[in-house]
Amino acid sequence: MAVLELDGLIKDYGDVCAIHGVDLTIDNGEFCVFVGPSGCGKSTLLRMIAGLEEISGGELRIDGERVNEQRASERGLAMVFQTYALYPHMTVRQNLAFGLENIRTPRPEIARRVEAAATMLQIGPYLERRPKQLSGGQRQRVAIGRAVVREPRVFLFDEPLSNLDAELRVTMRGEIAALHRRLGNTMIYVTHDQVEAMTMADKIVVLRDGRIEQAGTPLELYNQPANSFVAGFIGSPRMNFVDVTVREIRADGVMVSDAAGNDYRAAVNADGLKPGDAAELGIRPDHLIVGDAAGHAVTVQSVEQLGGESYLYCETGAGTPLTVHLAGQTGIRRGETTHVVFRPDYTHLFRTSDGLGMKRLVVGEAV
Amino acid sequence: MLRSFLTRTRGRGRLDLTDWLTFGYLALAVVLMFGPVAWMALSSFKTESALQEYPPSLLPLAPIHVEVEGYEEPLQLFRVTGGEHEGKLLAQVRRIGLMSQMVDPQNPGERLQVNINDRVPEREFALAVENYSALFERFNFALYFWNSVFITVIATVITILFNSMAAFALSKYRFRGRTFVFILIIATLMIPPTINLVPIYLVVSELGMVNSPWGVIWPAVATPTGVFLLRQYMLTIPDDLLDAARMDHASEWRVYWRIVLPLSAPALAVLVIFSVMWRWNDFLWPLIVLTRSEQFTLQLALNSFQGDLQTSWSNLLAMTVLTLLPITIVFAFLQKYITTGIAQSGVK
Amino acid sequence: MLAPVTTAASYLYRAAFELFERPMLAIQKMTGAQKIAWVFLLPNLLIFGLFTFLPIFLNFFYATSGSDRILLSERPYVGLENFSSLLACENYLDPNSCQRDIFWRAVHNTSWFVVLQVGFMILFSLVTALVLNRNIPLRGFFRSVFFYPVLLSPVVVALIWKWVLQRYGVLNAGLEAQGLPIVNWLVEADWAFFWIVFVSIWAHMGFYTLILLAGLQAIPADVYEAAEMDGASKWRVFSKITMPLLMPTMVVVLVLSLIRAVQAFDEIFVLTGGGPGSATLLLLQFIYETGFAFRPQLYGLAAAASLLMAAVLMVLTLLQLRAARGRGED
Repeated sequence: MAVLELDGLIKDYGDVCAIHGVDLTIDNGEFCVFVGPSGCGKSTLLRMIAGLEEISGGELRIDGERVNEQRASERGLAMVFQTYALYPHMTVRQNLAFGLENIRTPRPEIARRVEAAATMLQIGPYLERRPKQLSGGQRQRVAIGRAVVREPRVFLFDEPLSNLDAELRVTMRGEIAALHRRLGNTMIYVTHDQVEAMTMADKIVVLRDGRIEQAGTPLELYNQPANSFVAGFIGSPRMNFVDVTVREIRADGVMVSDAAGNDYRAAVNADGLKPGDAAELGIRPDHLIVGDAAGHAVTVQSVEQLGGESYLYCETGAGTPLTVHLAGQTGIRRGETTHVVFRPDYTHLFRTSDGLGMKRLVVGEAV
Repeated sequence: MLRSFLTRTRGRGRLDLTDWLTFGYLALAVVLMFGPVAWMALSSFKTESALQEYPPSLLPLAPIHVEVEGYEEPLQLFRVTGGEHEGKLLAQVRRIGLMSQMVDPQNPGERLQVNINDRVPEREFALAVENYSALFERFNFALYFWNSVFITVIATVITILFNSMAAFALSKYRFRGRTFVFILIIATLMIPPTINLVPIYLVVSELGMVNSPWGVIWPAVATPTGVFLLRQYMLTIPDDLLDAARMDHASEWRVYWRIVLPLSAPALAVLVIFSVMWRWNDFLWPLIVLTRSEQFTLQLALNSFQGDLQTSWSNLLAMTVLTLLPITIVFAFLQKYITTGIAQSGVK
Repeated sequence: MLAPVTTAASYLYRAAFELFERPMLAIQKMTGAQKIAWVFLLPNLLIFGLFTFLPIFLNFFYATSGSDRILLSERPYVGLENFSSLLACENYLDPNSCQRDIFWRAVHNTSWFVVLQVGFMILFSLVTALVLNRNIPLRGFFRSVFFYPVLLSPVVVALIWKWVLQRYGVLNAGLEAQGLPIVNWLVEADWAFFWIVFVSIWAHMGFYTLILLAGLQAIPADVYEAAEMDGASKWRVFSKITMPLLMPTMVVVLVLSLIRAVQAFDEIFVLTGGGPGSATLLLLQFIYETGFAFRPQLYGLAAAASLLMAAVLMVLTLLQLRAARGRGED
């Protein structure tokens, strides 16, 4: 149980700067996910918290106490590694017990905790096996079990599911979420998969190039992305972007038009935008309506029929690609021309110069 | 068996010329490589007089002695090859000049005269194990053996410990000067001890280690080969494992001892084999440092005996066999391991 | 039967761990988790410093000083006298014209030895590796046959052959049985030289065979299959595929064996003692006898000769490093 405060954390490797002053508070019992493309510094940040990487600047506090100088083992954290990092020469039981033996926990207590963790994670039958004899999912459970027995203040997960196949990943995702509900510990979870972030997090922290782009609940990030990077990163399939020019600022939003002369309305605050400014219009594939003759003409490049839903990959008159999501099945064929309507209430607008997202007038799915 | 041996060639069924050449070459090789060793091993069981014989017999043979009624001592048995008693088996009572007095064991009452050129000794297969027992009774073999074992075992333990610690530091830590130290250690591969004999001797003598096993052990334990071999292996151990152990409250020493060492076991085993071989077979350096015979290793003892006219071949051969025996036994059990280990690391 | 041994071993392993645990933890508290690397390096570096780096340094002092005293403080400085005495020679091809004729005899012998031993050993090792690389039965056994002598100590090797080659030994008996003339192998100079080359090839070729065999087995099978599809003859497969692909390994073997041949000593010293006369005296034996075995001990001369040998080795090792790098880039 712990509150983590990151205060201007910096990591530099000589001349290369990996983390540029990160400020963040992670509340007690929160499930916080660090997400971002590879090389964004999320793993480095996690390892700094763990105590495996030295902190070059700033302060890291756990429950208000500065821990920069504490060794990894003294911070009371436990970590699940991407590669699991199970000790190959020890049995599962020895793997679980190793950390407790290191702090000279009495034997009966070790046995009790190992049994409890084994029961909870259903690895009881494998306790006497070596990691090599286990499947990927079983190894994953052992790696989690090794963290659980330590009864740490904070759990750290470093891309723990990236070595599993798709089906197992969904199962383990659910199990880790269930573990969090049961234990109620603070957990920090690093992933590059935004689906994992959306489904598991209380709070998502989007990182890019060693900086926080945005931190908030999954729906905050989905509904009101702070900038075009976050908008493009969160949500699947990816948000559509159209390059536009601001035409007019109105009470019900901003009027823009693209290179082909199509006009759009985005229901957002202008927030400093002026007519003539370059901007990016963003809209998610789910928020496009197809077949309404009032919409803009697009050419269908390809069609994916998934049965329960369909995707159209189109191109606008200006040559911008556009992905459209449809519920159910569709009769539209490749090569046809159709019309799509951009729902203004779901339209995002980003300033091209710095990517800043405009505040939406109506937020959420309330409309 | 032979058929399948001969026909298992390149899968085409018929033997061509290259197959015959191959078999010929290998057969010759077995004779040439094993022959001398086997010859020496056989010879080591011959009595001193049998060793003097020329041409030598293949197997260790000893003269046959028989009990003959009326004689207290057993008498040596001869086959008569000429003269009036040709073809008979007779026992010799005594020799007088060129004539030998003999009796027929079946008919001990009658003395017979035989020219010594007309008789050859009857012999049977017999192992002269006294060659070996004499080593322990007269030649202090146990002491030399112990000296060799002591140096080999202690030097190997220290080598493993020091080299693996250095390899651990060089493979698992990032610190200023790491590359420099690594290159420095590799550079010592260029400086074999043979070119530093004089100054190393000074260091050893200043440390008071002349004529002490430690004078052989200490200069030998920091092998660049060992550090290099272990470092390369430890690089393959994932760093995550070490980090996991650190998260598990392990101190750096515990990480090294409980995680890295056990996981390096295959490479450590190769180094153990090398080190045992190096130290057991060491010759030049011990020859310089150990000058008192009670400190001699087996190799030195063998060398000094072979130059010593007092020593007979029978004892020398037996001692040679006992010296190569430990290495041979180790090799017999671990040969696959040793050959692959050496082929992979390319060191000896 | 092994159970008590393993129990004892694991007990010792644990005990050793606990012996060092507390001091190392205390050190770690002082150094931090990164600088403790130096503590792990320390024992090895100390030994290196004392028995490798310091001696290199001292070697120059010995080489430039005279007398038979071991302590440097008691040795008078003589400049390059040791070197000039070693190198003083009217005709380097004729040892008798040199001031240190024994040294030059050793240099001559060593040069011949290196050329013959390395040349023939690589030839035999290559042939053997090619034979062992065929799909022959009992391959592991035959590999061991060639490798076994590598493990034997030089003294043992020398005694084995001394016993075979002696005047009344098995070789002469065999020759005589065939009606051939017998020879006193180790007493006639040319034959003695032949036998030191032969015995040292016998003792070491298994090692190089093993490396070449590994090199051969690293050549992927599909290359051979492709050549077969292309209708290449056996000879063309060997000359155009096997040899070029084996070349990097050959270079490594060549340089390794050169370095070792220059330092040859042990088995030859026991086998012939450098004799008859100085017919089989090699460089390292000269250094050993000059510096240690004979009195007065001419440490300076021995050190100077060592440095000359070191220069040769240095060149060979640099060749080796280049060869190794060449192999790594492939």
